[in-house]
Amino acid sequence: MYSASDLKKGLKIEIDGAPWQITEFEFCKPGKGTALYRCRMKNLITGIGMEKTYRPTDKIDEPNIEEREMYYSYFDGHHYVFSDPNTYEEMAVDASILGDKAYFLIENSLCNFVIYNDEPIEITLPTFIEKEIVETEPGVRGDTATNVTKPAKIDNGYEIQVPLFINQGDIVKIDTRTGAYAERVSKA
Amino acid sequence: MTETLLKNLRTRSALLRTVRDFFYAADFFEVETPVMIPAPAPEEYIESVPAGQGKFLRTSPELAMKELLSFGAGRIFQIGSAFRAGEFGRKHREEFTILEYYAAGWDYKKLAAFTAEMILRAAEAVTGGSRLSLHGKTVDLANVEYITVDEAFRRYAGVSAFEVSAADKFDELMVLKVEPELGRNGITFLCDYPADRASLARLSPTDPQVAERWEVYIDGMELGNAFGELTDGFEQKKRFAAAQAFRRAHGMLEYPEPEAFYRALDRGLPDASGCAVGFDRLTMLLTGAEDISQVRFC
Repeated sequence: MYSASDLKKGLKIEIDGAPWQITEFEFCKPGKGTALYRCRMKNLITGIGMEKTYRPTDKIDEPNIEEREMYYSYFDGHHYVFSDPNTYEEMAVDASILGDKAYFLIENSLCNFVIYNDEPIEITLPTFIEKEIVETEPGVRGDTATNVTKPAKIDNGYEIQVPLFINQGDIVKIDTRTGAYAERVSKA
Repeated sequence: MTETLLKNLRTRSALLRTVRDFFYAADFFEVETPVMIPAPAPEEYIESVPAGQGKFLRTSPELAMKELLSFGAGRIFQIGSAFRAGEFGRKHREEFTILEYYAAGWDYKKLAAFTAEMILRAAEAVTGGSRLSLHGKTVDLANVEYITVDEAFRRYAGVSAFEVSAADKFDELMVLKVEPELGRNGITFLCDYPADRASLARLSPTDPQVAERWEVYIDGMELGNAFGELTDGFEQKKRFAAAQAFRRAHGMLEYPEPEAFYRALDRGLPDASGCAVGFDRLTMLLTGAEDISQVRFC
């Protein structure tokens, strides 16, 4: 249990069986009145936001949340399977939790898991990954502008926007937070 | 120490001088009363810091200054530190500077007009005019608005202040709905609190549902609290006993009886009004600072 005076920006709390994280926090005290802890928070599963105000006497549930690192192992046809680097214990993750990030999973890459009541609710991949471009219009030689782009596909079919000078067979770096092209690593 | 802090501390110094001059010109004299006291005023939601040897750091100089009134001090002001345990935020620190003043023979409306004038003079001295640019809008301190607490709750929260006060929903609505609307265009005096929030104010002789109490706001920020002072010793002791009972029931620190203040009440307080202004907050407004630590060396 947390008491209201523990509340601060970044703290994770539990309300009605759901995990929330405080994104903004303000201590208020209207003249002669009770202290109020004003919080804006984000639901860690749905992402929706809300505002809630606590009094000093309020008690707040502490969520059963842990963070740990897991290696990506393989896709079993239904789930993405990760394994613990120390125990080799496996965890199967539903595609819905990963969303588009699933396109950026690379075997044996170390990912950060936020686990709530034994269920992963957020998985953070290595920020940058390298992928080969398997399909795009031929590059325009000498055009190094990066603000003009064209579509390109990586090996698993995911489409990104790349600068015109990128060719099929080039290796590019992709930012997994945004799913966007970052830079060219090597030419075909 | 950052440049901003130093610059703001210079402004603060100019402000101290201007405020003192303003009070001298209005025939007040400056007093200093003990910071370490035997008994703070028992209030529901104000926590004092124990100072050891059975003493406390003052949460405000109120009781001591009223003792001086009972001796015939007349018009007095004080600028000094006060301490409230557990208060920490953009507009709060456990140690802060209070500007507190009392005028025997003035009613609380006269004290409001005087306070508006003081704020205006202070602003003119440090900014050169009455207009402040705050959060992308202009606030002109020459505009002075009076609104009753009940009007404000009806207008901004759509409820009766008396009903929400009785239901213990007053503070939340105050912070979330009412305060942000106060002092948008100038100085707002939020007047006539429901009688159950009278604190140390006397009830209005014409409408005992409300107390002669106001709070002054600029740009949504509470700057000060004032009372038409309660002079009835019997009623005052009753209110303190109720506050002590509340503190006991909620497991809060209980304070010794403020004996010296009770003697002052027995001696007799003159009809008077008094106000406490958060001096750090006044400086914040006039410098545009967003956090108290930018106007006070903490």
